[in-house]
Amino acid sequence: MDVFIGLIRNILEEGLIYGIMAMGVYITYSVLNFPDLSVDGTFPLGMCVTAALIVNGTDPLLACVIAFICGALAGCLTGLLHVKLKITNLLSGILTMTAMWSVNLVVTDGRAVLPFYNMKTIFNSGLSELLPKRLYTYRIVLIALIAVILMKLLLDLYLKTKSGLLLRATGDNLQFVISLSKDPGTMKIVGLSIGNGFTALAGSILSQQSESANINSGTGMVVMALASVIIGTSLFRKIKFLKPTTMAVFGSIIYKACLVIAMQLGLPTNFLKLLMAVIFTVALVSSNLLKGGSKGDVEIPQ
Amino acid sequence: MWKSRSDEYIIRLENINKTFNKGTINETILFSNFNLNITKGQFVSVVGSNGSGKTTLLNILCGSIPFDNGKVYLLNKDITKTREYQRASAIGRVFQNPAKGTCASLTILENMSLADNKGKIFDLSRGVNKRRIDYYRSQLELLKLGLEDKLNVKVGNLSGGQRQALALLISTMTPIDLLILDEHTAALDPRSSETVMELTDRIVREKGLTTLMVTHNLKYAINYGNRLIMMHKGECVIDVADEEKNSYEVADLLKIFNEISVECGN
Repeated sequence: MDVFIGLIRNILEEGLIYGIMAMGVYITYSVLNFPDLSVDGTFPLGMCVTAALIVNGTDPLLACVIAFICGALAGCLTGLLHVKLKITNLLSGILTMTAMWSVNLVVTDGRAVLPFYNMKTIFNSGLSELLPKRLYTYRIVLIALIAVILMKLLLDLYLKTKSGLLLRATGDNLQFVISLSKDPGTMKIVGLSIGNGFTALAGSILSQQSESANINSGTGMVVMALASVIIGTSLFRKIKFLKPTTMAVFGSIIYKACLVIAMQLGLPTNFLKLLMAVIFTVALVSSNLLKGGSKGDVEIPQ
Repeated sequence: MWKSRSDEYIIRLENINKTFNKGTINETILFSNFNLNITKGQFVSVVGSNGSGKTTLLNILCGSIPFDNGKVYLLNKDITKTREYQRASAIGRVFQNPAKGTCASLTILENMSLADNKGKIFDLSRGVNKRRIDYYRSQLELLKLGLEDKLNVKVGNLSGGQRQALALLISTMTPIDLLILDEHTAALDPRSSETVMELTDRIVREKGLTTLMVTHNLKYAINYGNRLIMMHKGECVIDVADEEKNSYEVADLLKIFNEISVECGN
């Protein structure tokens, strides 16, 4: 039984933390209609920046904020490559992703893994110190939950502002944004910054959970985040009161659960990425079937 | 032709040259030293066969496509190098495709709120201003399509005619110097087409908008507006206004249309 509860806890911990990234990818992929591959680079960026800061004694909460800003700047780079230099959306993302590899190495001073055991993180300082002792084993779930709810509410609020509406319009109809006398390119850069800020924040929180940063952790993040968004938005599409941001987080938890269950059933670790690709394929195909459409392109309700 | 003081011109196109596929075997010269002036308060209908340069003319005006040389003036200001989205602050445009003028995934209310904020800053304040809802509703009532009761319906769920009427309303919500109608009734069924055209006429009259309407519907070109242009191969073969325009009938237009077509062996 303890093993079972431990598994559930593990699913919730990682599902929630990756859920923040899923919300970011929801912004770029669903709202902005931009397949952003820079996520594979900005997730480890958040990790590495956080590790480097915490090793040097920075406050963990401040490290989260700085990680978010660094991710947003990397997203901004993708946007500038696409908008100002007219590079296609996929290539812009790949360029940022590739560049981030070196940036991350510079940040970690050339190390592929940068541990920071027994340092102050958001899971052992600040808010988590206020938690009662008996909730100690659940502190990561609780802190991650608070972070997810906070980021979700902020994002939902943003999407209701004038700027947020304009962002949604940009993903929907560029000509409409032009007719409002606004440069759609600027809004693309804004959206990519937000999306990658969220991704880097997820990386930051995950590194604090595992107390180390890993350069290689970015591989497969795009697939994981997209699968989460697609699973969440297609499974919970019919539930009216759920916001797409919530759906993305739920999708992330379900995705994580699928992986953990497969591992428990004895799937060798080497097959993990293959399984990730399979789950993504199933999510894509079934979301098309659920819609009953044959459009091929996955469309997600706002 | 037209004699008027130049400060009354809303739009002035000067010696426009536009060549498609330059330097290739398919090189086509569309405009060579093309000139066009539109005075304040004019409602200009433009007709012409496919490839006569109507849509290219609109695209050059709006800054959607580059052209070889020439100057575009808006209210005597040189806007040749001004980008499309910057020109849009003074120019409203309704497209042939109803999907282009509105956002399908946003509600009517959100679409109108965005349009209402045109020319202002899109900041972090609330996107939908609750105090303006009554105003939006009253505007929608004027369309007589029942949209005032569908404020929270996504625009993607509306019919083409409803969307186009909404697009027209949205593009004229904030003050503009020029309204461009790019075959805006062509994709609609005959009845919706009539509704949208009557609506257009009413809005243009009420707001006193200077309008440039491209249409394939000769009846609309005759019945609406106070200036008529027929284009052919990048030139205005007919350019008449007021009484002179009123002397034209659909049959006359059709005759000229056919004569031109025969000339080029179509």
